[in-house]
Amino acid sequence: MPAMTLAQKLIAKACGRSAVQPGEVVTCGVDLAMFHDSSGPRRLQPMLAELGAEIWDKRKVVLVMDHYVPETDDESRRIVRIAREWAAEQALPHVYDSLGICHVVVPQKGHIRPGMFCVGGDSHSPTGGAFGAYMFGIGATEMLGVVTTGEIWLKVPRTIFMRWSGRLADGVSAKDMMLAMIGRFGLSGGDYQAVEFCGEAVTALPMAERMTLANMSAELGAQVGLVAPDETTRQWLQGAGVSLHRQDLAPWHSDADAPGICHAFDASALAPQVALPHSPANVRAVAELAHTPIQVAYIGACTGAKLDDLRAAARVLAGHRIAAGVQLMVAPASVQDFDAARQEGLVHRLTEAGATFLPSACGACAGYGSAIPEGSTVISSTARNFKGRMGSATAQVYLGSPFTVAASALRGHIADAREVLA
Amino acid sequence: MRVWKLPPDVDTDQLAPGSAMKFGLDVIARQCLQGVRPDFASGVQRGDVIVAGAGFGIGSSREQAASVLVHLGVAAVIAPGYSGLYFRNAFNVGLLLLTCPQAGRIDDGEAIAFDARAGTVTRGHSDGHGQGRGEVLPLDPIPGFLLDMVDAGGLLAQLKQRLHPKEMRP
Repeated sequence: MPAMTLAQKLIAKACGRSAVQPGEVVTCGVDLAMFHDSSGPRRLQPMLAELGAEIWDKRKVVLVMDHYVPETDDESRRIVRIAREWAAEQALPHVYDSLGICHVVVPQKGHIRPGMFCVGGDSHSPTGGAFGAYMFGIGATEMLGVVTTGEIWLKVPRTIFMRWSGRLADGVSAKDMMLAMIGRFGLSGGDYQAVEFCGEAVTALPMAERMTLANMSAELGAQVGLVAPDETTRQWLQGAGVSLHRQDLAPWHSDADAPGICHAFDASALAPQVALPHSPANVRAVAELAHTPIQVAYIGACTGAKLDDLRAAARVLAGHRIAAGVQLMVAPASVQDFDAARQEGLVHRLTEAGATFLPSACGACAGYGSAIPEGSTVISSTARNFKGRMGSATAQVYLGSPFTVAASALRGHIADAREVLA
Repeated sequence: MRVWKLPPDVDTDQLAPGSAMKFGLDVIARQCLQGVRPDFASGVQRGDVIVAGAGFGIGSSREQAASVLVHLGVAAVIAPGYSGLYFRNAFNVGLLLLTCPQAGRIDDGEAIAFDARAGTVTRGHSDGHGQGRGEVLPLDPIPGFLLDMVDAGGLLAQLKQRLHPKEMRP
């Protein structure tokens, strides 16, 4: 048996082979197909009707309402109604309506396990890779192919290992790691291959931080972003109602001598990073942008508003007030994260600091709602700052970690959270 | 068949802006590329070609970013490289993507010709300039099954053929 990477092993299992090599085109059976109110029912229903076809296995399908909720106009009401009616008519067993963003809700509800082969109708579907599953984003017509046949073709990727040694300093986080990688390799640096995050600094990360890494592998242009599962994974999944034994995790790692390109990084030397307008690859250290004024601080999205992200922000802002002239908005990634944050006193702490809480949905990350005023300078914990992305054609959006966003809200300009935490 | 030249890293928010995504392709089409080439949406003719820099289609999985170009009659996109996700979406909706390492040599406004199966682009005449006319640029080979998909009009058309062969007209 040749040495294989984790990506190769996951694909081999999914296509029923003992081994696969990079470059081969194979057809894989899909264990889970996830879509949301924007990418799912309104697109699939007419196409399925046109084909006279049925969903191959409803138990393997998950629908999440997260883009057009809460409904704000006739169009969003229509889209969400189509989704709810179709879900009822199809008697879909797994529907999560207004519980939060799909990439966070789907693992929370126990749908992702190590070893699975999954697709999602959203480009941040690689988030599932944090659990040692092969998961990537596809468009609606591709999803039609999956839900009617239960299969999808792919070209077996090479693996690019991002090996992080050392330990992150306090106030430095997975988002800073990602920005550093995207800044170095660019938006196409992943070359639609498999990225695997490894090394002691990665294994030291809690699950939510691993999810941030996998999530933004989309911004590296990778097809997937993988983290080999371990005891941290097993414990998190236990909390989500998924019981795994050590042998369930054992196969899912890259062989020591597996072929791949390896890039080495030192987490101990990493300083907070930001991406400048208008690209996630336009990255500089926060220190280089000292005193760039901001008017809006946004903590939201699957990328940057999970419980760990809310804890980070609350640590920075506890006992303080945000600067005059700054708006701080917090849209927790899921209702579960929001409830946990409330129980830990984080919501109180952030509200006392001047934060406004928004619903747990995609919201401003994808330009929904009207949170981002024209002409404003924004620092956001989301994944993309392309021009116009957040709903304002003239806003200047910087991307940063929740620590950085909170510290910037406190100071009124882009700031290093380590100075506040010290 | 004129060329519309675009810079690198044209993302899916440019092709299918978030504010238009709740509407149909006709609305999305009116806002297509307005942040990069404001003259495109109203000026593009059926059969025109987009020549872009590397990284075309990065960003979201929204396939409207590809189907909007089909809707507008764009015959092909020519670029040195694409987002992998966009590449799959494009062929699935019947949009031809040609990978041309030397796409940067083609000028805005040129009248070019291409042969996807032969793997060539032939440069044409652009306003006021004769330079480059007749130059043949090589294209990376495209797997036959993807070309078949575009010829069929996309994956939906192919699935129809597979599931209901008797209903397909000859």
